[in-house]
Amino acid sequence: MRLLEYQAKELFKEFGIRIPPSLASKDIEQGRKDAKELGFPFVIKIQVPVGGRGKAGGIQKCHNEDEFELKYPQVLGLTIKGEKARAILLEKMAEIKKELYLSLFLNRGKRCYTIIASADGGVEIESDKSQIIREVGLGKVEEDVARDVAKEMKLEGKSADDLVEILQKLSKLTIEKETELVEINPLVILDDDSLMALDGKVITDDNSNFRHEELQKYQEKSEIEERAEKSGFSLVELDGNIAVVGNGAGLVMSTLDMLSDNGGKPACFLDVGGGATPESVYEALTLISKMDKVKGILVNLYGGIVKTTIVASAFVKAYEKNLIDLPVFTRLKGVESDKAKEMLKDTKTKMFDTVEQAINAAVLGIKK
Amino acid sequence: MTYIFDLLRGKPEDSDYKKKPVIVQGMTGKFGSEHTKSMIEYGTNIAAGVVPGKGGQKFEGVPIFETVKEAVDATGTKISIMFVPAKFFLGAAKEALEAGIKLLVAIPEHVPVRDTMELLELAKKNDAIIIGPNTPGVIIPELIKIGIMPAIPFKAGNIVVLSKSGTLLYEISDALSEGGFGQAITLGIGGDPINGTRLIDAFDMVKDIPDLVGMVIVGEIGGDAEEVLAQQIIDSNFKKPVVAYIAGRSAPKEKRMGHAGAIVYGNYGSAESKVLMFNKANIPVAKRPIEVPILLAGKLQQSND
Repeated sequence: MRLLEYQAKELFKEFGIRIPPSLASKDIEQGRKDAKELGFPFVIKIQVPVGGRGKAGGIQKCHNEDEFELKYPQVLGLTIKGEKARAILLEKMAEIKKELYLSLFLNRGKRCYTIIASADGGVEIESDKSQIIREVGLGKVEEDVARDVAKEMKLEGKSADDLVEILQKLSKLTIEKETELVEINPLVILDDDSLMALDGKVITDDNSNFRHEELQKYQEKSEIEERAEKSGFSLVELDGNIAVVGNGAGLVMSTLDMLSDNGGKPACFLDVGGGATPESVYEALTLISKMDKVKGILVNLYGGIVKTTIVASAFVKAYEKNLIDLPVFTRLKGVESDKAKEMLKDTKTKMFDTVEQAINAAVLGIKK
Repeated sequence: MTYIFDLLRGKPEDSDYKKKPVIVQGMTGKFGSEHTKSMIEYGTNIAAGVVPGKGGQKFEGVPIFETVKEAVDATGTKISIMFVPAKFFLGAAKEALEAGIKLLVAIPEHVPVRDTMELLELAKKNDAIIIGPNTPGVIIPELIKIGIMPAIPFKAGNIVVLSKSGTLLYEISDALSEGGFGQAITLGIGGDPINGTRLIDAFDMVKDIPDLVGMVIVGEIGGDAEEVLAQQIIDSNFKKPVVAYIAGRSAPKEKRMGHAGAIVYGNYGSAESKVLMFNKANIPVAKRPIEVPILLAGKLQQSND
């Protein structure tokens, strides 16, 4: 789960990591109350689960009521990389001496948590050459390690002490909340040499959600995604018009790639999952039928754990109940595929021997 | 590094050569029971099951025990395959390692990464191999199947296939078998962010197979397992033909594509980064699964010239 900035900062606060005074709102009425409580001037920050907010105009300084009335709706109305504003954060500005970078992330290759720190914080951490990197096993950061990082960042006095404290608090947050990434970018040195987190990014391990009832309030899912999760399949909505259905994440991704290569535009990624039943696949088709943008369905199945007949029987039922009236292009292979083909023979499903043929027919058959 | 063939096949002098006993944790659940039958049908020597509360019963003629320890004591097995819900995974997996299991094939999906990492610390201490979690398993075609893969795609031969994805492993092995490339072993490392056996570990396990003809790597977006492997192939001066496939080129960034591990952050985990590294290692990357045997044939031709 990727938390929004204001949610990440709520966690920072809970763990004692200093943040500027700020208030989050979802509409201008609440925003006006927040503005009054906070007092001008402040920054208006869009809350979206993607980066690049500043460049897209999603972070605006605001000095008075007139500016507020103009800029709040402007920022709230922005769409950044396809993501609409989930909330608006009003935040007091800080007097900054220097920007730093600090994160603790799950290093997949090394199979351990890793600290990344940099004395030159700011915008593009990936391009930054002067990174300080420390592997810390399951995420515990001992004081001497933190002290070492501060030293390498050339921090002294109050700033160094603050960094040691913040790094250990990040470590506690990482372990207790089971995060994949906690990032402060920028972490800033204020005039009095103390440190403060100006931004926050937290990504938690979705598979540990069952242990974190307290994080559920941050879960932002569309109705469709929620229903998909409940039925045990994965669905990612995309911008195109051809719904792509298959079994196994790899196979469905591969089908998306081939469809895109041939000029088709996927409307969604739908992996029926290893535990698919006729009911769950029927539910998947119900969700697809609710997406107006979908003009056709491309099905690519390699029967293994999920027998192709399970999927076929859901399609047969969907036709019987008039749930779908879209052209369907199907490639079936693997366990019980002959039987599945027989079941679908008299339906509107067009059957193909190879996925290439199914894709070509789908691209040709579904115009825009 | 334990030689995986010693565990799976054994040595000619072993009394259980080519019929190594395997136990199934969670044998009587929906998937456990279905796949127990399928593995027996394939010829795998399923020697015991472990189901708390069902000790003393039998399933398909196979005795069931309360604990892994009892099953190990009764059968002498070193291999377990797990069908246990993610919530109970860590406890059951630790029990297996503590009872002396040396190869644990972890089928469950949705295991928290912290649990996997904790298990790996124990595995390291006990010198045990974990395959998975979220893996389709491992198969030596026509000899032993420890996993949930269908039997049809796999034929005995001299190619190794290592894959993050299950269904793509079937798809590509199928294409290889049809193209005349049987497999010495195929192994799914799983679609999670943290893998008990990484691509690079799997590579080390199989690179010295005596009759190895070539290797196929089936990767997908997320993490840097492919990049690390490509570097290892360069560094170890591995000369046999290798061909790769990467799924997820067209996936949007920062979206989890079905697998917990299939997510791109910036350039970390991107298909471009993986293709770039494979190219650097002189490993051709197929654009479609069906191209894999064609590219492999090309590489073989080259190395024979």
